[in-house]
Amino acid sequence: MKVAATLRVNGTDYPVEVDPHVSLLQAVREELGLTGSKEGCDDSECGACMMLLDGEPVNACSYLALQAEGRDVTTVEGLAGDEEVGPLQRAFLQQAAVQCGFCTPGMLVSATALLRHNPDPSEEEIRIGLSGNLCRCTGYRGIVRAVRQVVSGEVPPLGTAPVHEDVTPPHHAG
Amino acid sequence: MTRSFASAATVDDALSALAGGARPIAGGTDLVVGARQGKAPLPNAIVAIDRIPGLRAIDAAPGGGLRLGTLVTHRDIIASEEIRNRYAALADASAIVGSHATRAQGTIGGNVMNASPAMDTGGPLLCFGATAILQSGSGERSVGLDDLWTGPGSTSARPDELLVALDIPAPSAGTGSCYVRLEYRRQMEIAIVGATAVVTVDGGRIVDARVSITALTPTIRRVPDAESALAGSDGGEGAAQAAAAAAAAASAPISDVRGSAEYRRAMAAVIANRAITAALTRARGGDVPIPASPALHGAS
Repeated sequence: MKVAATLRVNGTDYPVEVDPHVSLLQAVREELGLTGSKEGCDDSECGACMMLLDGEPVNACSYLALQAEGRDVTTVEGLAGDEEVGPLQRAFLQQAAVQCGFCTPGMLVSATALLRHNPDPSEEEIRIGLSGNLCRCTGYRGIVRAVRQVVSGEVPPLGTAPVHEDVTPPHHAG
Repeated sequence: MTRSFASAATVDDALSALAGGARPIAGGTDLVVGARQGKAPLPNAIVAIDRIPGLRAIDAAPGGGLRLGTLVTHRDIIASEEIRNRYAALADASAIVGSHATRAQGTIGGNVMNASPAMDTGGPLLCFGATAILQSGSGERSVGLDDLWTGPGSTSARPDELLVALDIPAPSAGTGSCYVRLEYRRQMEIAIVGATAVVTVDGGRIVDARVSITALTPTIRRVPDAESALAGSDGGEGAAQAAAAAAAAASAPISDVRGSAEYRRAMAAVIANRAITAALTRARGGDVPIPASPALHGAS
């Protein structure tokens, strides 16, 4: 039987009616139409669905929507606040941290959670902080570089040309 | 398919719902994930207990011990200086559960009641002598974890009982502890083999020792032969090796996708030895970082 609830997502209250088994991810994507968060594995392995729940990361695919009532939910759409894109997103663009893009929303949300608790993480801490998020393009180097760029405070303005890492295999060099 | 959902505002609300057949949910990191993976369907009726006030506290208990509310998360445990200092093995365990999202949402109560033989926090809680406080409409009782866990995924708690807290006695002066697991990766991992050691030293000798094994028996259990190999000894290499061999001898592992029984039994001695050695180092005032696992396996 459907249950009426109010979900507060990115500061906006949304009335919904959902079945008890419906996940927070399903409700946000299908009832609210916010499709930034992705469904990857649907069982908490890949992190593509990562949202913040009262500021803490949650695998939204495996969290009941009704349990989120009365809590503040943040999705990738809400990360930048009033800005078009935030510093972390600008760094992802500049460092070419986006390949197919499917993992990107979850990566951005996890990195936001990491930086909130630890504004000056080491590279190892960044890698561990993002290890609940899988990138099947294996584009981790650019993602880690982007988070390091935010930590260093040297994020360029929007529109700056992206870096192109030399990925030529050594035996082809020269 | 779940037909009803209620969010309990008080423990009494939750107990009424349980008496009516509902099953509790807190962080959902086992229950919902298990349903997604097809292990077990979600219960017909669910009562969410995550918003009951007062159940997420780490309090001093009479006698110098600690009371962990059932809703205390792994992140809360890692952040507690008191737990890191006095119950380091528990911090070792909570620090490596799942991913940062699992640790932010997953609760100690859910971990204990899920009763997985591979749960990371189980060995430390058992060795520290934690008891489960179970409440129902007819009162409250305290159950040792060795009596609570009856098999993989099963407990002796009645369906109308709610785990509200875990009481952990104060460790004696001179106690050091460590939990180590064999892991193939750093995060999103489940113990292939795990071991906990809690040792108390006085002068040059071990005066008390507790050793338990994880993912090696149907429930996490202490190994009396390993404990007696350590107690009274000087805690040297020979004693640690004898205790580790006893831990391996007590194991009755299964073969599954994560490892064969033969491999697990062989690794039991290695992992138990690392846990015992690190617990002794901590008991003697030496530094072993939390979590111990990656450091002891030689990772950077």
